[in-house]
Amino acid sequence: MRFCATGLTMVILGVAGAETKRLAPDQLAKAVRTDSISIPTPGELFAALEKPGKTDWASQYRGPMTMTYRNRAQIALNLGGLIADGFIAVEAKDGQQVKNIGSDIIKLARALGVSENLLSRSNSINEFAENDEWDTLQEELEATQNEVKASMKSHADQDLVILVSLGGWIRGTQVVSGAIMQNYDERSAKVLRQPALVRFMQSKINEISPELRAEPLVKDVSDQLPRIEKLVSFPAGKAPSVEDVRKVNEAVGKVLEEIQSKAAAK
Amino acid sequence: MNRRLSGVLAVFIFAANLSVRADTDVEVEARKTALDVAGAFTNDGFKVRDGHWCGTVKPHNHSLIAVNLYSGNQYWFSAGATEPAKKITVSVYDESGKQVVTDDYNAGEKAAAGFAPTSSGQYFVSVDLLEGSEGSFCLVYSYK
Repeated sequence: MRFCATGLTMVILGVAGAETKRLAPDQLAKAVRTDSISIPTPGELFAALEKPGKTDWASQYRGPMTMTYRNRAQIALNLGGLIADGFIAVEAKDGQQVKNIGSDIIKLARALGVSENLLSRSNSINEFAENDEWDTLQEELEATQNEVKASMKSHADQDLVILVSLGGWIRGTQVVSGAIMQNYDERSAKVLRQPALVRFMQSKINEISPELRAEPLVKDVSDQLPRIEKLVSFPAGKAPSVEDVRKVNEAVGKVLEEIQSKAAAK
Repeated sequence: MNRRLSGVLAVFIFAANLSVRADTDVEVEARKTALDVAGAFTNDGFKVRDGHWCGTVKPHNHSLIAVNLYSGNQYWFSAGATEPAKKITVSVYDESGKQVVTDDYNAGEKAAAGFAPTSSGQYFVSVDLLEGSEGSFCLVYSYK
């Protein structure tokens, strides 16, 4: 495959035919792993799903979410899911839905006491939605997510950052697995293979404070990750079957129900 | 400058101001260089991910960053380095440690590698120093 790069004068040199190198496991183990670059955004996942065919994104909407959570971990998990919902609305090119979700994101973020700058984000989201600027909206959603995370870190709430990422991944995986079940395609199904990503998020949760880790909701979600990791551990290059996809969808759906449940966190 | 690129730069400026472990001046410079490379790919529909990693490139040492990618997408990994690093290169390895075939761009302190994974999962991006001495680098990536 040759990639184009029309905006910059550059020489693209393929390495096909060049000597293939290999790194040792101990070198790979020392690689940097970080929330900001090792965890893909919901937008990346949805972009991969969109390739093989038309996806009915609107059928993946869920009902309005309560905005009255009191537990900070639960708010963070739901905030991640809500941001994923924003990406879904962008894929569906549904301006009103984007605006509604943008407004909810700001409400939940404020409940965590994060940056006042979010108000300007909300205004931008509305403006871009009204002007059908879908690519810019996607960037704005990602920037909003990063602003929330940066604000959490600056308020010594860094333990919540991984919960935002995890909530987004769970909701994104539920949507993608649901869409694949509706219209099974082997190429699409391959996007669900992400064992290292789940393992990384589990390791980050293991690093958060013992108090937060002991909260019932965080503990329940964390306890379910090893099973989910197994469910997304298909052999490289092999597409999961419809049944495999259904199992993933069921598992992440169960976690998401808990995250959304008012009774899940005290 | 198109609106998307200005959006990327706005995000960059904002994030540079907000980052908790604030990037040093050389890291900010390296990131600007990396975004300069990545900006070229936006013309081909690539979206620049609003995340980055700044580190140090040293002689005879791989600077490895783990990423999780999706089959079906195309990716470009763009890096920029600062003096005294003079020439860098970017390469990609799969989860078993085997180097994958990439399209490469190399221009002194700027480099990029692009490929389309056929399997979803973990990959490792390596930034290596080819000429010069230890210096700062920054890595960003784009996808479509």
